[in-house]
Amino acid sequence: MHISPVLWQFLVKWLNASALFPREASTIAPYSDALYFFLLLITIIGLTLVGALIFGFAIRYRRQRNPVATQVEGSTLLEATWTIIPLALFLITFVWGALLYFRIYNPPTNAMNIYVVGKQWMWKAEHEGGQHEINALHVPIGRPVQLTMISQDVFHSFSVPDFRIKREVIPGRYTTVWFQATTPGSYHLFCTQYCGTNHSQMIGEVTAMTPDDYQKWLHTSTSGMSLAQNGERLFTEFGCIACHTGTSQARAPNLAGLYGSKIQLSDGTDVLVNEAYVRNSILSPSSQVAAGFAPIMPTFQGQISEDGLIDLVEYIKSLHTNDRLQQTLVTSQSDEATPKASSAVKP
Amino acid sequence: MSATNSTIVSLPDQSTASLPKRSYINNESGLLSWLLTGDHKRIAILYLISITFFFFIGGAFAGLIRLELLTPQPDLVASDTYNKFFSMHGIIMVFLFLVPSVPATLGNFLMPIMIGAKDLAFPKVNLLSWYLYWIGGLFTLAALVLGGVDTGWTFTTPLSTHYLNTHVVTAALGIFIIGFSSIFTGLNFIVTIHRMRAPGMTWFRLPLFVWSHYAASLLMVLGTPVLAITLVLVALERTIGIGVFDPTKGGDPLLFQHLFWFYSHPAVYIMILPGMGVISEVISTFSRKRVFGYTAVAFSSVAIALFGFFVWAHHMFIMGVSNYSALVFSLLTMLVAVPSAIKIFNWAFTLQKGSITFETPMLYAFGFMGLFTIGGMTGVFLGALGMDIHLTETYFIVAHFHFVMVGGMLMAFLSGVHYWWPKMTGRMYPESLSKLAAVTTFIGFNLTFLPQFILGYLGMPRRYHAYPPEFQVLNVLSTAGATVLGVGYMLPLLYLGWSLKYGAIAGNNPWQATGLEWQIQSPPLTENFLEVPVIDYEAYDYEWLAKKMDQEVTTVG
Repeated sequence: MHISPVLWQFLVKWLNASALFPREASTIAPYSDALYFFLLLITIIGLTLVGALIFGFAIRYRRQRNPVATQVEGSTLLEATWTIIPLALFLITFVWGALLYFRIYNPPTNAMNIYVVGKQWMWKAEHEGGQHEINALHVPIGRPVQLTMISQDVFHSFSVPDFRIKREVIPGRYTTVWFQATTPGSYHLFCTQYCGTNHSQMIGEVTAMTPDDYQKWLHTSTSGMSLAQNGERLFTEFGCIACHTGTSQARAPNLAGLYGSKIQLSDGTDVLVNEAYVRNSILSPSSQVAAGFAPIMPTFQGQISEDGLIDLVEYIKSLHTNDRLQQTLVTSQSDEATPKASSAVKP
Repeated sequence: MSATNSTIVSLPDQSTASLPKRSYINNESGLLSWLLTGDHKRIAILYLISITFFFFIGGAFAGLIRLELLTPQPDLVASDTYNKFFSMHGIIMVFLFLVPSVPATLGNFLMPIMIGAKDLAFPKVNLLSWYLYWIGGLFTLAALVLGGVDTGWTFTTPLSTHYLNTHVVTAALGIFIIGFSSIFTGLNFIVTIHRMRAPGMTWFRLPLFVWSHYAASLLMVLGTPVLAITLVLVALERTIGIGVFDPTKGGDPLLFQHLFWFYSHPAVYIMILPGMGVISEVISTFSRKRVFGYTAVAFSSVAIALFGFFVWAHHMFIMGVSNYSALVFSLLTMLVAVPSAIKIFNWAFTLQKGSITFETPMLYAFGFMGLFTIGGMTGVFLGALGMDIHLTETYFIVAHFHFVMVGGMLMAFLSGVHYWWPKMTGRMYPESLSKLAAVTTFIGFNLTFLPQFILGYLGMPRRYHAYPPEFQVLNVLSTAGATVLGVGYMLPLLYLGWSLKYGAIAGNNPWQATGLEWQIQSPPLTENFLEVPVIDYEAYDYEWLAKKMDQEVTTVG
C-alpha cells in the first residue's frame, strides 16, 4: 500500500510528539513508579494465568475432545491456594502503598512553604516573600517544597503528574502536599477535581529551576510586601490590634510566640496552634476559645478573603517575640494620628 | 456428527414445532394488561424495554463525549455542554441502566422461577417499582430536556449546592425516586428468597444466580436509603440553605462525600453481583459441570456485600481524611478484592474436565472473565494508598470502572440476555451474528479503554473538555474503539428484534441446562408451574438432568 510521504511524515511526527509514560521529575516519582511496575507485573501474571486457564481448559476440554464432563465438587486445597496467594499479594500491596502514602503526605521538617489558593478557575500561588503567580508555580529543584492549599469556592485538586503528587483543595480547610523537584523544566499542573464550567482550563505550569535561577526569579517578581507584612496591615485594619495588644491587661490572648505551641481551650482540651487553628479562630472565634478569656471576639466570616487569611496566618507565624507586636501597635497608633494617604488595596 | 458435537443446542423439529398456545405473553392482551400486570415476567419485559431505551440515550452521550475528545481543542461543543454530556451519561448509565440492569430484568424474570415460586412475594410492589423507575426516569429526562445538569453523577458539594445554575434539584429528585424503585426490588427479592422457595429447595440448592441476587438485594435495601437522605440534603441545601455541607455555616463539605460513597461504593456491588450470578449459570451450562466450589462462590457473594459497606472512604484518600482511617479503608479494600479473585478462579476451574461448547452466552462470559480480571486488578492499584494519589481523578480511574461496569457488568448482562432469550421469548437468536457481536464488543471495548489506562498514568484528568496535545494519539484510539463498541451494541438490538418473529423455535430447554426455569415451557405460563415443583436434587446436577431426559424419552417412546 502506498502512503503519501506528507501523510507519513505527519503520522511519524504526531506519534513522536505523543507521550506514553510521564517524566520522573520529583524524588517521589521513582517510588511511585516502582509500586506501579510491581502492580503491573502481578496484573499481567494474574491475567496470563486466568487467560491460560480459560484457553487451556477451553481447548483441552472442548466438547469435541471431551464429550462427557467429569463432575468435580471442588477442592479445598486449590481454593485455599487461590484465596491465600491473592490475599498475600494484596497485603504486600497494602503495606507498600501505605508506606508510599506516608512518604508523599508527610513533609520533611525543613520544607519551604508556598500557599496555593484554588478558585474557579485558576490557581493562585503565594510565596512567603509576597510573590504572587496565577496558574504558574516556580520552585527550586533539590529542595523540599510544601504547599499549603485552600479553596475559595468548590473542591479542586492540585495535580502535577510528573511529580506523581495530587491533593484535594477543599473549601474551608487547609490541606498540604509536598514534593522535591529533581529536574529543571516545566510540568503540567492540572485541576483534577471537576469544578464547573472551565474545569479543563484550570491548568497551569510548574517551573522547576536551579536554586540560582529561582533566587533570580524571586527578586524579579517580588511585589514589595511579604505575606507577613500584608498580614500586619490587615491586623491593624481589622482592629485585631485593639484587643490582641500583647499586654498583661489585654482582653485577648497574646499572639507572640503562639504559633506552633499547644494551648488549652476553655473546655479543657488542648489544641495545637497551626494554620487551621488560626484560620478557624478568625472565622468562628467562639468555637475554640482559649482558656481564661471571654468569648467576645466577633466573627470575621465573609469579611476576609482566603488570601487575606493566609497573610494573617503568616503574620501571626512571624510574631516570635512581643517586640514585633509592639512595633505593629506603635505603627498603627501613629497611623491613626496621620490621615490615611489612600485606602489600602484590599487583598 | 462433528456439527452436533460442537454444540449443546438441541431444538425441537422446526417443521412441527410451534410456540406454546398459552404463555405469559399471550395470556392477556392489550396495552393495559401489560401496564397493570402483576406478573414478574411481564414486569421484567417492561424493565428490559425501559433500560434498553435509557442505555441508548446514555450511550449517545458517551458517543458525543468521545467525539469531542477526538481533538485536544474544545471545538465540538461549549464547555458547559460537554459537562452536561458526561453528567447525563453518568446519571443515566448508573441509575437508570446499571443498577436495575440484571436484577430488574433477568432477576425479576428468573428468580421466582429458579426457586420454584409462582411470582415474587409482592407482585404489586414489583409493579410499583417499575412505575417509580419511570417517574424517576421522567424527572431525569425532564432535567435533560429543560437544559441538562452539569454536576457530574457524583453531585459533589458545594459545586452542586451553591455554584451551578442547572436543574440539579430535578435530577436529584429523579434519582431519589429511582432509589425507592431499587429499595422495593431488593425488599421483594429478600422476602421472596426467604419465604417462597419450593419444597426441597434448601439454601444450598439455590442456583448461584439467586445467591448473588440475595447479596445484591441486601445492599440495595441497606445502602439506597443513605443515598436518598444525601440527595434530600443536597436539595435542601440548594433551596433553603440548611448548611449541612457548607463550611461557612459550620457544615462539612466532606460529609457529603462520605454519605454519597457510603451508597455509591456498595452500588458498584449492586451492579456487579447479579452479573456474577449470570456468569455462574452460563459457565456451568456450557461446560456441563457443577460450579467449582459452589459454597465458596455463594459465600464470596455475601462476603463482597458485607465488606462492600466498609470501603467507601477509598474514594477519598487524597481528600485529607485522617491517615489512620485511610489505612483501615485501604486494608479493607484489599480484603474485598479477595472474594472477587476467588470467584474468577472458581469459574476458571469449573471449565476443567468439563465438556465445553462456545455458544454466544459463553463467549460473553469469557469476555467478562478477562475484562473483569483487569478491572479488578486495576482496582487494587487504586486501593493501594500511595498509588491512588497519582491515579485517582484521572483517566486511569475512568478506565478502571468502565472495565468493571461495562467490561464486567454489561458483558454479563448481554451474556444473560442471550442465554435466557429463548426462555423469555420462546425463540432462538441468530447464533453466528451474535457471536460476531460478542467478538466486536470485546475488541471495541479493549480498544476504547486500554489506552485510557495509559492516559491516566500520564495524568490526563477525567472530565476534561480540552487536553494537552501530546495526549491526542491515545484519545484517537479510544474514540475509534468507541465506534467499534457502538456497532457491537447496536447489533444485538437489531438481531434480537428480528428473532422475535423469525428466530427458531427454542423448545423448553435448548441448552439442556439444569435450572428449574429450563424444565418448564418457553415462554413460561403466567403461573410458571402447573404444580408446585418438589426439589430433590442439587443445583447444576447434570446427572439428574440426563436421567430425567432418559425417562422422558422412554415415556414418550
